[in-house]
Amino acid sequence: MNRKVHSITGLFNTPNEILNAVEEIRKAGYTMFDVNTPYPVHGIERAMKLKPSKLGYVTFFVGVSGALFAFLFMTWVSVNNYPLIIGGKPFFTWPAFIPITFEVTVLSASIATVLTMLFVMFRFPNISNPLHDTNYMKQVSSDKFGIMISSLDPKFDENSASELLLKLGAKNIELVYYPDDIKIKVFEPKFIIFLLLVAVLTSGTTYFLLNKLMYMQPFSWMSEQNKVLPQTKSDFWSDGFSNRMPVPGTVSRNYIGYEFKGKPDSVIYGLSNPLPFNSKIIDIGKQRYNTFCSPCHGYFGKGDSRLRNQFPAPPTLLSEKVKKWVDGNIFHVITNGQNVMPSYAKQISVEDRWAIVHYIRVLQRAQDAKDTDLENNVK
Amino acid sequence: MNTIDYREEIPVVEGNPPASMIDEVVSAPLDRKPSKVWYLLFTITTGMVFVGIVALFYTFYEGIGVWGNNNPVGWGFDIVNFVFWVGIGHAGTLISAILFLLRQRWRTGIARFAEAMTIFAVICAGLFPAIHTGRPWLDGYLFPYPNSHHLWVNFMSPLLWDVFAVSTYFTVSLIFWYIGLIPDFATLRDRTNKKLKKTIYSILSLGWRHSSRHWQHYEKAYMILAGFATPLVLSVHTIVSFDFAVSVIPGWHTTIFPPYFVAGAVFSGFAMVQNVLIFVRRAFNLNHIITLNHLEKMNQVMIVVGMIVGYAYGMEFFIAWYSGNQFELFTFINRALGPYAWAYWTMVSCNVLFPQLFWFRKIRRNIVLMFIIGVIVNIGMWFERFVIIVTSLSRDFLPSSWGMYTPTIYDFAILIFSFGLFFSLILLFVRGLPVVSISEVKAVIKGAQPAHSGGHK
Repeated sequence: MNRKVHSITGLFNTPNEILNAVEEIRKAGYTMFDVNTPYPVHGIERAMKLKPSKLGYVTFFVGVSGALFAFLFMTWVSVNNYPLIIGGKPFFTWPAFIPITFEVTVLSASIATVLTMLFVMFRFPNISNPLHDTNYMKQVSSDKFGIMISSLDPKFDENSASELLLKLGAKNIELVYYPDDIKIKVFEPKFIIFLLLVAVLTSGTTYFLLNKLMYMQPFSWMSEQNKVLPQTKSDFWSDGFSNRMPVPGTVSRNYIGYEFKGKPDSVIYGLSNPLPFNSKIIDIGKQRYNTFCSPCHGYFGKGDSRLRNQFPAPPTLLSEKVKKWVDGNIFHVITNGQNVMPSYAKQISVEDRWAIVHYIRVLQRAQDAKDTDLENNVK
Repeated sequence: MNTIDYREEIPVVEGNPPASMIDEVVSAPLDRKPSKVWYLLFTITTGMVFVGIVALFYTFYEGIGVWGNNNPVGWGFDIVNFVFWVGIGHAGTLISAILFLLRQRWRTGIARFAEAMTIFAVICAGLFPAIHTGRPWLDGYLFPYPNSHHLWVNFMSPLLWDVFAVSTYFTVSLIFWYIGLIPDFATLRDRTNKKLKKTIYSILSLGWRHSSRHWQHYEKAYMILAGFATPLVLSVHTIVSFDFAVSVIPGWHTTIFPPYFVAGAVFSGFAMVQNVLIFVRRAFNLNHIITLNHLEKMNQVMIVVGMIVGYAYGMEFFIAWYSGNQFELFTFINRALGPYAWAYWTMVSCNVLFPQLFWFRKIRRNIVLMFIIGVIVNIGMWFERFVIIVTSLSRDFLPSSWGMYTPTIYDFAILIFSFGLFFSLILLFVRGLPVVSISEVKAVIKGAQPAHSGGHK
């Protein structure tokens, strides 16, 4: 069997010997050789004429980028995306960004340095190098100093290299061969079973976590609490209700009394619409009207209820009677109710009621168009 | 007793053993079965962990109301323990990074162990803010990430700085530690004949070949990481102290906090490293690598940082009076004479008085006495955090909102848990990984470096 030579190796006992050997091998014209030592020997990089490590540039570049990213990101969040007022301080409080900027710099630069070194410069992980598991590697791992001349070196020749090493006083001169090709079978039954097991385990765990565990105490987002829910029975109170009613006569916050409550239209005086008559107010009035009034009075105030035949038909708002009413009368009817119409005071705010009044005026005018309107518009 | 010339650099390894001897000694614990004592200790520490796990499950089920925390003392044992454990971690980075940059070659023997302690202490520390939230499975929200709620964390909060500081510290320490372990994994890989061990070490060593072309970059990377770890370790406890100093509570709102906290952290950390190393060197016959000189150096560091801490105690009192701020002054008088005076005086005597014994060389080099003083220092440093947190919170500006803090049995169980976890991890570490950096120690024994290459012997 003819195996391909990877390299020739030789061992030395002391750091002085190895340093001398490296000088000689370099002078002999070899370029693709390596020195393997159990610890970094000082001066070897000079003897091998290695260029200084460029790792620092990676650290610097990533560190500066990390710092800039962290600082600008915090600025963007605090000023633009999610401004929070804290103690009345300005949004761009740059001194407060220093600690995190520093930490991100250190974190990004350290990780980048190590990953670049291991995975880009050294091309690790690589446990299939032919040097592994040789006697040579076992010796340099412990206390010997070894030189390895690669077969890829243009000057490489088994005999001359071995003679040179022997001349320099190397012990255990050995050839290292490339290993035979190993075929890796993907459809190995063991591997398939392993994959299946992994699939079942991950999917099962995920299912359990998301569909079962999330609904168990204490992971259930505090859904179970020792509190009384509304609309439930309570054994504590004698009346059996869990809700407690306010004391009679309680006035709610922002409550403003209505002086004409329960009184007929005829007594209304001095109630004029406080809102200006403009398109913005009319839009609000239209929206409120369509929500609260249109179910009975119809979208155009014609009294064509969508609830026809279920309630007594409401009167039209376009009648001469309503047209002649002052604004206060309409407001009074919404606030107080009339006949079967209940009070809407609790559902519609005072301003919105006045806005509805404006909108009703608009409807009255719009449903009573005359030919002269057209002429005015043409002009 | 022979005299010691402190002007001479102490030999890193006593007796100059050959390099292969160091392989033997360091990997010996990994090759033999654990002893009965190890099993006994491990049973005890895992038992402590179990006690804590029960308490933790009860806490999560019932909520953190089962702890002694109350209003006004919203931070109790949980944060005391957090600050304590972060502090313990600091000695490791100091030994591995700062002493590395200062070319203190004696550090090589103890650096690996100290780094491991850093990582385990930060694990214990990180646990406490996590469980302090009450629902630790939601702690992912502590990190800023783009989310459908369109929310971001508050980058102006010291508590968020803490999240970044502690997680960065843990990550960088872990990387630093692992980088140091790679050549040792390769050595172990080449020593062993067992298939399983070989597989594990091969994977962990990533295929390290001791190549000089690699060593060159490796040394550069190690230097860069040490350079980063040095300001990082100072920043971590500084930011922890910001948790307090940025608030307005009397006794917390002081500019002395960052250096005071860092010194305290190094103080307690060295005491812990010293305590644990005393056991390790005995148990694994490492007396000639972790020498009495190492322990003495650590005791010397302890007396220096201990006096910085003592100075800080005095200066806090002085500034409280000198500032003319009556709340500040009250807080300090309350610390010394109030209901928690016993904790205050425990702290002062343990941290300031007992370490003074290290002025005597006989005590500095006496294993039993230095161990006892180390334990006392750690008790004192735990009480320091208790005093700072609890006394300030229990009596602040408004006497009507004063309140006392009494820890419950669950607080103690979780404290025991953290010690159990720490020592369990240490016990696993001494069995599973080389406790001394093989390649670093080999590089500093006599005759390890070429005779004609510059200043190194």
